[in-house]
Amino acid sequence: MAGIRLAVPSPVHQGEIIEIKALIQHAMESGFRRGARGEVIERNILTRFECDLNGTLIFAADLHPGVAANPLITFHLKAMEPGTLTFTWTDQNGEIWQDSAALEIT
Amino acid sequence: MKRLLALMAGALISGCFAPSAPDASSVLDAGEIRSGTSFLTPETQALQADAFANPGFLWVDRGAALFEQPISDRPACMACHEAGLKGVAATYPKIDPESGQLLNLEGRINQCRVTHQKAAPLTYESDDLLALSAYVANQSLGEPIRVDINGAAAKHFRQGRDYFTTRRGQFNLSCQQCHTDHWGQKLRGDTISQGHGNGFPAYRFEWQSLGSLHRRLRDCDTGVRAQPLPSGDQTYIAVELFLAARAQGLDMESPAVRR
Repeated sequence: MAGIRLAVPSPVHQGEIIEIKALIQHAMESGFRRGARGEVIERNILTRFECDLNGTLIFAADLHPGVAANPLITFHLKAMEPGTLTFTWTDQNGEIWQDSAALEIT
Repeated sequence: MKRLLALMAGALISGCFAPSAPDASSVLDAGEIRSGTSFLTPETQALQADAFANPGFLWVDRGAALFEQPISDRPACMACHEAGLKGVAATYPKIDPESGQLLNLEGRINQCRVTHQKAAPLTYESDDLLALSAYVANQSLGEPIRVDINGAAAKHFRQGRDYFTTRRGQFNLSCQQCHTDHWGQKLRGDTISQGHGNGFPAYRFEWQSLGSLHRRLRDCDTGVRAQPLPSGDQTYIAVELFLAARAQGLDMESPAVRR
C-alpha cells in the first residue's frame, strides 16, 4: 500500500508563489538496520521524486538512505499557467507511484 | 458476632477497593495532568498540529476508505455508523454489555467485524486495524477522555492500577516511579512524560510508523527489561483503562506524533 497526500492551493492568482506539499507512505528502509535476530534488513528506498506541470518538469529530488520513512516534500512554485500537476515517486527497483492535482489560476 | 465481623470485614475491604473517580486521579492532581504533547519540541508539536503533514493521517485516510468498503456481501462499517463515531473513542476501554468483557477500541472494531460483518478479526498492530482505529479515534479529536470505571469495569481498573504500580523487570521499576513520581525530569536525553494514552494510535519517530498503545506499553516493559505481554492482552487492556481513568478529562489527540 502506498498512501499519498497532496496539498496544492487552488485556485490561486497569476504570479502568486504557492507552497506545494507531497507526502507518501513508504518504509524508506536504509539497509543499515538489523532485525531482532541480527540479520540485515534489506535496503528499500525511494530514490527519486519528480513533479511535472503539464508535462514539464518543475521540481525533482534525489532521495537517499538517510531520508526518514514517509517522506514529506515541500517546495514552492510561482503559479504562471494553470494545468495538472503530476507527482511521481520512483523506488530503487523502478516501481512507480503517481498522483495528480489540478492547479487553477484566477 | 462472627457473622457481624465478617460483614464488617467485607465492608472494609469493599470500602478500601471501591473505585471512584477521585481515586483514579489521586495519583496525579487534576491541575497537573499534562498531555505527552507538552513534553515535545515545538517542531514536533507543529507537525502533530498540521493536519496535512502529520504522517498519522496516512492511516486515518486509509481507515476512512476501509470504513466505507463493504466486506464481500456484508455491509461496510459505514452502513451502521452513517453518522460517524464522534466522541466514541473517548469512552474506551469499555465493558461490552453483551459479553461482559472489557474491550478497547481495537477489540470493539474486531468484535464488529466478527459479529456483524462475519469477517475474520484483524491482526493486532496490522496496518488495517491501525488505520481503522486511528480513523475512529481521530473522530474524537479534542474530546475529553471520559471512561467509566464503575460496576463491571471496577475490577479491570484495579487490575490495571496494580500493573501500573507493581515493580517489574531487571530494573525493578514500576510505571508509576517514572510517570507519576518523576515526570518532567530527565531520563538520558529525554524528558519523562506522564504516560498518558490520549494520543494513541500515535506516530512515533522511533517506529517510523503509526502504532497502538499496546505497542507503546510493550516498549515500556522492554525498557525496564521485563517480559512484555502480547499486544491485545487483557491485562494491557486493563492498564489502558487505568491510564484513561488517570487521564480523565484530557483531550484526545490521535493521531498524535511522539518521539
